[in-house]
Amino acid sequence: MTKQKIIMQDVKKSFGNKVVLNGVNLSVKDGESLVIIGGSGTGKSVAIKCIIGILMPDSGIIKVDGTDVTKMKLTDRKDILSKFGMLFQGGALFDSLPVWKNVAFGLIHGKNMNVVDAKEIAMEKLRRVGLSPDVGLLSPSELSGGMQKRVGLARAIATEPEIIFFDEPTTGLDPIMADVINDLIVECVKDLGATTITITHDMASARKISDRIAMIHKGKIIWEGATATVENSGNAYVEQFIHGSADGPIEMEILKP
Amino acid sequence: MLTILNNALAIIGRFVLGALAVIGSLARFTWEALTHLVRPPFYWSHIGKQMLTIGYFSLPVVGLTALFTGAALAQQIFVGGSRFNAESVVPGVVVIAIVRELGPVLGGLMVAGRVSSAMAAELGTMRVTEQIDALVTLSTDPMKFLVIPRIIASVLTLPLLVLVANILGVYGGFVIGTTRLGLNEGSYLQVTMDFLENSDVYSSLVKAAVFGFIIALMGSYHGYNSSGGAQGVGKATTDAVVSAFIMILLANLIITVIVFGTG
Repeated sequence: MTKQKIIMQDVKKSFGNKVVLNGVNLSVKDGESLVIIGGSGTGKSVAIKCIIGILMPDSGIIKVDGTDVTKMKLTDRKDILSKFGMLFQGGALFDSLPVWKNVAFGLIHGKNMNVVDAKEIAMEKLRRVGLSPDVGLLSPSELSGGMQKRVGLARAIATEPEIIFFDEPTTGLDPIMADVINDLIVECVKDLGATTITITHDMASARKISDRIAMIHKGKIIWEGATATVENSGNAYVEQFIHGSADGPIEMEILKP
Repeated sequence: MLTILNNALAIIGRFVLGALAVIGSLARFTWEALTHLVRPPFYWSHIGKQMLTIGYFSLPVVGLTALFTGAALAQQIFVGGSRFNAESVVPGVVVIAIVRELGPVLGGLMVAGRVSSAMAAELGTMRVTEQIDALVTLSTDPMKFLVIPRIIASVLTLPLLVLVANILGVYGGFVIGTTRLGLNEGSYLQVTMDFLENSDVYSSLVKAAVFGFIIALMGSYHGYNSSGGAQGVGKATTDAVVSAFIMILLANLIITVIVFGTG
């Protein structure tokens, strides 16, 4: 039986009076690729930030590889964090560093690797995502949006993590570049055998990179199932979301005063 | 009438709660920074880079401020002292005023204006573009990597800057005193040395170190906790400078009363 890599049990998180996560229950198996879909502001990013420790949940339990990390302080998370990689929506590349140092950052500062070896690996990872070594010497501000996503992906996989989070990996890209990024994600994840959670609004991307899809709405997981079953979910919210329809329960709730 | 009173109390209550929340948040950030100060790892290259940014690049503005202030002070004291035939006090008053007060305070304020704002803007931009979150995912503690090098560099650098400011401030008074006001060069220096005590220099350097801590703390705190995009970064920058100014002046008063309060 495949073990559960990540478990979230009744996780709640509020910001002031605004309830963002309202009892999220979710589990991801080792090597599985889960995509979380849902509208803006439904708590997708907050959920993965709670898992990684960027945000602290108000209540509930989060386990990574069986270890309860719910209330673990950042200073005690070094071992757990070394299992993670993350591609941010905007890239979140360090603009004070050249591209190769961005990619090598986790190796140098997280794994204490020497700079020469880290640079070699960084250049190899850049090549892996289809970027030439020349790009490694550029500043992130000199790159296009698609190239920044690729660099972000190279940085996320540089330490060969066991768990990778992708936060809206195709947002802001043209359809062709989005498909290139999807292919790269699938290839890289297959190479590493990593467990992944991806947040996206892009259903084409979700279908391509996921084994399983979960939908979050109003801070709760309202549906989850195998990717192939999403078209016949029988859930009105999922139906409306995947067809991008303006009419449906989600719109009605948005329009409520 | 009752409604107006209720509204007024609600406004006061919200203000008090908001102020307490900020004080609590700042105290927590300060405590976290202090605990990180004594725990490895230390990013020495970052500390060096920050010392260059805070110290070396602040030298012109701090030096010129001290030079001009010392010169103007000598002119003012000469004019004021001449009413009581006390022109000879110029070197003594200049050195005391510069070393005890104006060197550290003006130096601190100039560096705060230059550095706190830059720190808040840089860290604030990193916050809103998720670069600080990215550090966490790369197994790097953002407090250790971003805040601590700035605090260490600022605390080490400010005393050096203030030392230079003190020397240039006194030199400014000396130049005006000897070239414009007709004071004798030898006796000017002699009176300056006679008036200056070790405790003046020590208090000046202690003030500088405290101001250095405040400058880096305020810049880091407001930048690190900024939110809301470009507008949030702009607000963080303004708040960093204003709070650093106020805290420097308050800290100066407290240290002055402690060190010189008993006469």
